[in-house]
Amino acid sequence: MGLLLPALAGLLFGLGLAVSQMMNPAKVLNFLDLAGNWDPSLALVMGGALAVTLPGFAWLRGRPRPWAAPRFAWPQATDIDAPLLGGAALFGLGWGLSGLCPGPALAGLVTGQPLLFGFVLALLVGYRGTAWLQGRARAA
Amino acid sequence: MPPIPATEFTPVSALLGGLLIGLAALLLMAGTGRIAGISGIVGNLPETRGAEAGWRLLFLAGLLVGAALWVHAGPPGAVAVELVGGAPLLLLAGLLVGAGTRLGSGCTSGHGVCGIGRRSPRSLAATATFMAVAALTVYLVHHLLGA
Repeated sequence: MGLLLPALAGLLFGLGLAVSQMMNPAKVLNFLDLAGNWDPSLALVMGGALAVTLPGFAWLRGRPRPWAAPRFAWPQATDIDAPLLGGAALFGLGWGLSGLCPGPALAGLVTGQPLLFGFVLALLVGYRGTAWLQGRARAA
Repeated sequence: MPPIPATEFTPVSALLGGLLIGLAALLLMAGTGRIAGISGIVGNLPETRGAEAGWRLLFLAGLLVGAALWVHAGPPGAVAVELVGGAPLLLLAGLLVGAGTRLGSGCTSGHGVCGIGRRSPRSLAATATFMAVAALTVYLVHHLLGA
């Protein structure tokens, strides 16, 4: 149960990215391109996902614990601070340049395109490099 | 900069895929108490061990299988992956997405689907920011510079 659940959740997630075509960066870029050949699909993907998570998470809030873990790991941070907004802006820049965010980029690897492997590798380098810098800043 | 290949509005598959993504996020939280934020799941994988690494690997394996099922066994032509731009641009974008999601504590799934799903003002602010910057970037690259 504890092993099956994350695998099943991942499977549904990957299937959702494929069915919705969010793993196609052209589809994402056309959503972001309000002045071009605008494709509103992404808004419906987000809407469909939120139609499940909004009531679903509210229901889980009232439950004592997950089925296969001791506690819910709800994020604790609430600050709307410079790292949050600066990070979101950097992410938005990379997302707008490529049409790729982490989930779709990973899902797209199944098509075997070498450039996507490059993107995911660069993503990991950026993520771990920033984590390292944050660690040094905290230690200083 | 090459133009963005045309795509068509696909409301039914978008809504259906969105429901699947929401269901996945709900299942992961209901079952294991975890947020389905892809940047954190994959980005923090190298510093985790044991059960903490295990659920992440299983989730990521499932994600690849789910995508592969639709790509290889779904209706022909149901999904394409059309990259726009060459290696330098995509590598730069990957670095920015990695650095930004670490610094900003999440991406489209963690802040967008899960954060807004739990009514977090912090996630709403992050989502509004990356959406706005991304749209501005596309306008700049494909209309102002690429014209």
